[in-house]
Amino acid sequence: MISFILHRCVQAVIVVLTVSFVSFMMFTYVGDPVNNMVGEEAGPAERAELRIKLGLDDPVPVQFVRFAKRAALADFGISYRNAVPVTQLLAERLPATLELVACATIFALTLGILLGIYTGIKRKGILSHAIQMLSLAGISLPSFVVGILLILVFSIMLNWLPSFGRGEVSAIGWWTTGLLTLSGVKALILPSITLGLYQMTLIMRLVRSEMMEVLRTDHIKFARARGLPERLIYFRHALKNTLIPVITITGLQIGSLIAFAIVTETVFQWPGMGLLFIQAVEFADIPVVSAYLVLVAVMFVSINLIVDLLYYAVDPRLRIGNAATK
Amino acid sequence: MNSPLLQVENLRVEFPTRHGTLVAVRDVSFSVGAGRILGIVGESGAGKSMTGSAIIQLLEPPGRITGGRVLLDGQRIDNLPLAKMRAVRGRQIGAIFQDPLTSLDPLQTIGSQLVETIDVHLDISKSASQARAHELLGNVGIPAPTVRFGQYPHQFSGGMRQRVVTALSLAARPRLIVADEPTTALDVSTQAQVMALLKRLCTEHGVAVILITHDIGVIAEIADDVAVMYAGQLVETGPVRQIIDEPKHPYTAGLMASVPRLEQRQNRLNQIGGAMPRLDSMPNGCAFHPRCELAIERCRLEAPPLERHSNRLVACWRKEEQYTARIETTGKDPAPVPASVLAAAPLVEAKNLSCHFSVPRPLLTRILTSRALQTLKAVNDVSLDIRLGETLALVGESGCGKSSFARLMAGLYTPTSGQLSFSSASGSQPRIQMIFQDPYASLNPRWRVEDIIAEPMLAGAPSSSAAQRGARVAELLTQVNLSPRDSRKYPHEFSGGQRQRISIARVLAADAEFIICDEPTSALDVSVQAQILNLMRDLQLAFNLTYLFISHNLAVVRHVADRVAVMYLGRIVELADAADFFTSPAHPYSRLLLQSVPSLSVRDSNRTPIKGEVPNPMSPPGGCAFHPRCPYANERCRTEVPMDAPRSSGRVACHAWEEKRLPYM
Amino acid sequence: MATLTEGIRRILDHDLVWNLRSSPAAIIAAIVTSLLFIAALGAPFITPQNPLDLASVNLLDSELPPAWMADGVSHYILGTDTQGRDIFSLVIYGLRISLIVGFLSVIMSLFIGVSLGLWSGYAGGWVDAIIMRAADVKLSFPTILVAIMLNGVAKTLLPAEVFQKSALLILVFSIGISGWVPYARVVRGLAMVEKEKEYVQAARLARRSHTAIAVSHVLPNTLGPIAVIATINLALAILTEATLSFLGVGMPPTEPSLGTLVRIGNEYMLSGLWWIVIFPSLMLVVLILAVNLFGDWLRDVFNPKLR
Repeated sequence: MISFILHRCVQAVIVVLTVSFVSFMMFTYVGDPVNNMVGEEAGPAERAELRIKLGLDDPVPVQFVRFAKRAALADFGISYRNAVPVTQLLAERLPATLELVACATIFALTLGILLGIYTGIKRKGILSHAIQMLSLAGISLPSFVVGILLILVFSIMLNWLPSFGRGEVSAIGWWTTGLLTLSGVKALILPSITLGLYQMTLIMRLVRSEMMEVLRTDHIKFARARGLPERLIYFRHALKNTLIPVITITGLQIGSLIAFAIVTETVFQWPGMGLLFIQAVEFADIPVVSAYLVLVAVMFVSINLIVDLLYYAVDPRLRIGNAATK
Repeated sequence: MNSPLLQVENLRVEFPTRHGTLVAVRDVSFSVGAGRILGIVGESGAGKSMTGSAIIQLLEPPGRITGGRVLLDGQRIDNLPLAKMRAVRGRQIGAIFQDPLTSLDPLQTIGSQLVETIDVHLDISKSASQARAHELLGNVGIPAPTVRFGQYPHQFSGGMRQRVVTALSLAARPRLIVADEPTTALDVSTQAQVMALLKRLCTEHGVAVILITHDIGVIAEIADDVAVMYAGQLVETGPVRQIIDEPKHPYTAGLMASVPRLEQRQNRLNQIGGAMPRLDSMPNGCAFHPRCELAIERCRLEAPPLERHSNRLVACWRKEEQYTARIETTGKDPAPVPASVLAAAPLVEAKNLSCHFSVPRPLLTRILTSRALQTLKAVNDVSLDIRLGETLALVGESGCGKSSFARLMAGLYTPTSGQLSFSSASGSQPRIQMIFQDPYASLNPRWRVEDIIAEPMLAGAPSSSAAQRGARVAELLTQVNLSPRDSRKYPHEFSGGQRQRISIARVLAADAEFIICDEPTSALDVSVQAQILNLMRDLQLAFNLTYLFISHNLAVVRHVADRVAVMYLGRIVELADAADFFTSPAHPYSRLLLQSVPSLSVRDSNRTPIKGEVPNPMSPPGGCAFHPRCPYANERCRTEVPMDAPRSSGRVACHAWEEKRLPYM
Repeated sequence: MATLTEGIRRILDHDLVWNLRSSPAAIIAAIVTSLLFIAALGAPFITPQNPLDLASVNLLDSELPPAWMADGVSHYILGTDTQGRDIFSLVIYGLRISLIVGFLSVIMSLFIGVSLGLWSGYAGGWVDAIIMRAADVKLSFPTILVAIMLNGVAKTLLPAEVFQKSALLILVFSIGISGWVPYARVVRGLAMVEKEKEYVQAARLARRSHTAIAVSHVLPNTLGPIAVIATINLALAILTEATLSFLGVGMPPTEPSLGTLVRIGNEYMLSGLWWIVIFPSLMLVVLILAVNLFGDWLRDVFNPKLR
């Protein structure tokens, strides 16, 4: 068990290191940081001084180690655009994105799994077919189209929900949350649905196909031959077997939600990290860009680690070795 | 006469396909009395599994029952709504399927699976159902049931799992069990144990059993009555001894004659030409008539009904006549090898051959024990000669290493130590080829037959033209009794037996001299097996081929082998000429193995099957690997690995033999 | 003549085609997809105007609503945008670009993914370990991020004119290089299974080289699942390209794809010029839907147990 965790942790570290390396390469080689920071009027002497100060003349491995050390302490330098520490910028924006992603995840997971189970068990029937058709639409609608449509209907035509911003937010320490105010909650609804819809339909379709696959296995046939009632078969035998492959894929999907948040934040002008990232790329604000990448990689990797642990906890074949002796 | 427990009347099962409706089971009627065992025997495609599934309404859709009735205790159960059927399943009729691994839910302990079945059907308290579950486990012969109760299916070996499955099917005390190929996936020794278990449960608890299998030996051992199915219909049913000893239907007679006998070698097995018709191309009249030697005009036009004749039911227009399929009784075991051949250099010589696989251990165990790898000694210090033109049989059960040895010989694996040398008449290394067990996986489904057969020619004679290769392919197809027109087809258009012929043609295309046959007929029906074995013998005589024949089926081995080597957990425990081996086996494992083989001729219910199962090859027992299961083991056997000791025409590795403690055979 | 009818009959009787005929949804999807293809290919022939050619655009005709509305003009069926470009023509040309980017990137991912997967699955050992780690690393970089970054890097490094012209290639590259993992994983899994099968061992006994075996024996048995992944990936690639263009890091307004058009139209939605955003969105959704339907059907064909 411990060896499994260790193994996974080592893998995780490798991934984060690789991502940091790529970020670092961009940091150092794309564009000239000195140029970005100083502007065009500065003379060559000033630039040279700045280069030494920033340590840009040191060999590459040394620079990378310095970068990595600072990154581990969450120090990514100063933003070129705002002249403010990157960490501070990210801290301001992180809660917005995380809250959005969390809500979208809960939406996608609960509805996705429930509907998936339902359509997996009841394969015929009007409701089942209707849900399946909607799921097809769900994975065919780009999230920005969904966002625009929702704004059109619920903000412009019906005026029930806001079309931009977070509403009123309350601060808890350095964290800001919109869940404690009515306007905050209202502001979360449309963006969460927009962000989560695609994933929800994906999960639903996956659960459905896995469920149907499991219901055709031999051990379900044997369970039926023993006269077990359908309810027991579905919820005790089929469900657990279905969820195992679903867990892995779901983990990956949730990670990508963090990236897809960029689109939702653009449509709804949501003040999160994604918007920051896009603006940073436009401005070639490298510190922000590389910090964002490392942060996303860390979040991704953590989610995958949790998923792997869950997998391990659920499947006894991994936990208890194969002891085919009597 | 008591009324039967289960009665099936004129059962008809159809399933619609895009090419029309296929009839899988046609007009099948039989009955089973309480406490009796009925065997339904037939080859693949005969419809026996469908019959079994139909009885408990577990047909795979779109199959469905379209005619006839199934009566349990006089009440119809074939038309019950699903809710009522569920009450019958498990409580009145239990089921056992072929593969014990996939029959159990991998995520639940077997204890919980037992308890839930009991709870559903029997209205007893929690503690009572737990107690019953433990009792069941003990009843089916699982040692230490309290510990096993909380374990998961993957922690059990194959034979143990089938016992668990049997326990599950008995959990609610049914009066009838439908067992669909319950022993097919098991080793010979385990098979014997499970068969004994079923028989014991039947006599002790009065449970009736419908035993569906293609293995006639199993039926001969434990069934009371037998029903023979062909192409979805019953051709003959009656008491088992009479059907086997005096079959009246030409198919039954041909089938019995195709089975190789353990007691007697035959020169040529009786074979029934052709193959069972597919469901979409059923002949008119009697389904068997195209392959029947006794067929007359009437057989072509009218299907014969199942009628009473000489204390059984037969469906044949010519049942009155005496018909005995030609069972050759003149075969004899091969003569002892002349000294001149013994002196000549063997074709293949293996000296102290070993093949060890390293399996990496989990990280933590690596850190703690500083041993990075576990070794799987698949082949352990094996020395063997194979002479030109002979058939050496290698016998063993799963995990003994025979497949690894085969691949060592073929050059697909590299030995970890030891030598493998060849000497052939042509001077250079002999051409080695293999015939594999699985006819479906041995041919690439995306390649045409002509390309499959011609492939060895590409490397052997790279300058040959396509036309030359094509001509040779046509020639080879004829040699294996297929048509040259078949060369443009794809493998899925052929049956299992035909695919093995294609594999044989491929082997011949390489001009092979030494052919390693890895269970070549184990996946085939009995009548098809007879065809293939006869073909292989003909080719061996025509081209002076040398065979290494690997099999777990001792009756087949008796039929083909010149010499026999027995393998257990990576070592050769006995080697002898075939005649000597079968008349007087030396090693305890050989003796017990021979006893475990179900026999058609003798009904010997007093035999004790070998206890235990083949141990995990990753952690073999110390000393002589067989000692935990050997009735003659002593202290020395537990600690010392036996060395080879001589025996007539061969050698044995056994302390008890050396010390002359074994009873004379 | 007889052989021709015989041949046609055999095609119509083939499993794949028969499956198609029995599923109305798939037939509709196939028809729609074909129509869209033809439209995209024949864009210059079916559109009244080439909206990318500034000479043919009349600024005076700008902001006209669709033809069936009060101020509409029949020449511009779906109306015009703020520069006077015909919406219908824009949509068709946009469709063309979306399809081109989609296809090219799928081909690129397929090529990379299948090669790596085959190598990884067949060779095993350290090759497998490295390629799978690479896949893990790639998966931590969502496609959108990769594309945004590459776009930014290109913009910084390339002079403005070159950058504009190569927008399409940059997009194809970023989407293509991000999509290889599903192919690799599936092909690897299949290769690992097929490698153990007896026909591969027979080929080795026939002394074929490992490469020959991998390519001529194993690869053909992976084609079915690859086709399914490719179709689903096509829908995903089109969707990704649209999203990137919407964010402003995809196709520029001078050579707009459907996503770019939605972005442009979005700015004018609140001013009441709804047709500029609705029609490109509709076309986009129809396109992706058709491809998804087709992919679904294809997957069912290769896995008939699920029907």
